[in-house]
Parts: sequence; C-alpha cells; structure tokens
Amino acid sequence: MKARIHVTLKKTVLDPQGQTIHQAVQTLGYHGIEEIRQGKYFEITLDDSLSREAWAALMDKLAHEVLSNPVIEEYDVALEEEP
Amino acid sequence: MKFGVVVFPGSNCDHDAYHVISKVIGQPVDFIWHHQTSLTGYDVVILPGGFSYGDYLRPGAIARFSPIMQVVKPFAASGGLVLGICNGFQILCESGLLPGALMRNRTLKFMCQFVHLRVESTDTPFTHLYEVGQVLQIPIAHADGNYYCDAETLDELQRENRIIFRYCDRQGHLTDDANPNGSLDNIAGICNRERNVLGLMPHPERASEEILGSSDGRTLFHSLAMALAELTRD
Repeated sequence: MKARIHVTLKKTVLDPQGQTIHQAVQTLGYHGIEEIRQGKYFEITLDDSLSREAWAALMDKLAHEVLSNPVIEEYDVALEEEP
Repeated sequence: MKFGVVVFPGSNCDHDAYHVISKVIGQPVDFIWHHQTSLTGYDVVILPGGFSYGDYLRPGAIARFSPIMQVVKPFAASGGLVLGICNGFQILCESGLLPGALMRNRTLKFMCQFVHLRVESTDTPFTHLYEVGQVLQIPIAHADGNYYCDAETLDELQRENRIIFRYCDRQGHLTDDANPNGSLDNIAGICNRERNVLGLMPHPERASEEILGSSDGRTLFHSLAMALAELTRD
C-alpha cells in the first residue's frame, strides 16, 4: 500500500514561489491559468502490518507532526492499494 | 555561569558564537553536540545559525527532533536562557518554543547584508543593556526569514511586548523598504511569554567587533553575561 501526502501552504498564506512560477508561465504564453500554488509531495510505501484504518490514522499523525508545519501549511493524505 | 553552543550537522555559525563568548566577552563556553542528552551545568544555550540537516523538509524541521532538543525544552521550561540565531530561531519556531513560522523571503532570494534593527523591548535578559528605540546595525544571512503567524498570535505578541527587534531604516522608522524579507509587522526577533527564550534572524555574533563593521551585537552577549552574574549572586 502507498500513502500519498500533499503538503501545501494554507490559502491565507502568501505563496511567492507559486506567484513567480505563475508569472513565468504567463510569460511563456500559457493563458487561462488563474493561479499556481506550490507544495510538496511525499510517496510513502507501507507494509501490511497494520490495517488500512490504522495506517490512515498514523499517516495523518505523521503529516501533522513532521511533514507539515501546521502554522502555515495544510495537508492531504490518500492511501492507495498497489496494483 | 556557563554558555553552551549546540552543534547540529550543518550548523555554521557555531564557531562565531563560541568566539564571541570566549574571546570577546570572556565567558566560559562549550560546544554541545546534538546527540547530547543533558544540559546540566549550563545557564545559557545558544542554537546557532547555519543549515541544520541541509534545511531538508523545512529549515529547522529535522533539528527539532534531535536528542539535544528534547532537553532544551525542559531546560527552557525551568527558566534556562535560550538564544536562537537565524537557523536557531527557525528551530525554536518548529519546536514550538516560540510561536509562528519563518517562511521563504518574499524576494525568494538569499539575503546577505547589513540591516538596521530597532530595539523594541529591553525587558529581557538578552536586551536589558540596550535602550528602547535604539537602532542597531547587524547583518542578516538567510533565505527563510519571513516571519509569519496568525492574527491572534500577532496580537498577543504585540500586547505582551514580546516583539524584541524590528527591521527599520537608519532613522529607526519601520518602513516596508527596510523590511528585507517580508516579515509580518517588520518582526526580526521575538521572545516567549516567560521572556527567557529569544529568537532572531539577524546575527549579533557577526557584529560584535569593530573590525567586522559593527559591534552593536556585542551588547546582547554582555546583557546575557550580566543577567547571569546577577542570577548567580542571588
């Protein structure tokens, strides 16, 4: 099983990196893109020692305690069975 | 009375801090390796500048889990003095010893330059020898020094007089132009509610001798030494 965790800046926090990328992308001629916000992506490989529910809870704890800074960031955890 | 300078993998201002304490203000000081799990015998702990753990994940995010930080927390809770400079400030915020977070500079550039700072409070063991409103010249050297916290926390910092240094111009005016990194309310340094933990982005240890262009930072270390001497006498 894999956990896929996205960490992004909160909507209320300014993202100067995303803005800079957005400006560059517009300069390149990509039109219609309203906003770009940059984040981090973690792909975590899990064994089968825990149930899906237990892994989900543990990954949520990991994202909160380590992978994100709750002062400025929010996160999203998705668990996927491997094919 | 003893100072300790914590050395994380990637610290690079540890020797500067050690030099200022031992040679400039003439106080006993040790390096403390991050694997150490005791702070017995120390009165001041300095978390120096640098790039602990390569700034991986976020600056200070890995260092806060190191063994030494597990003893810095109770050390601070029992009244020990903790000074976090630059990366040390980032570690203090990540570990929850100070509120808020230090984000990427709004310029997205690594800023390495002298800045002006206004002393906002002398009611700390770190700043009692300065004067309120005094303008200091001290260098910064960081990519992530853009202080951020929520409105409630900012209000609390202001109300409790916990903003200790603000970026200002030469005359001491708090202008946006004088704010090098986009910090909220021009914040350069804050302390905790008990006023024994201070974090700041500028480097007072790099401005403690005239030959380096400014000695305005030296007073911070003198303040600490004097505060300690008074504590030990009691």
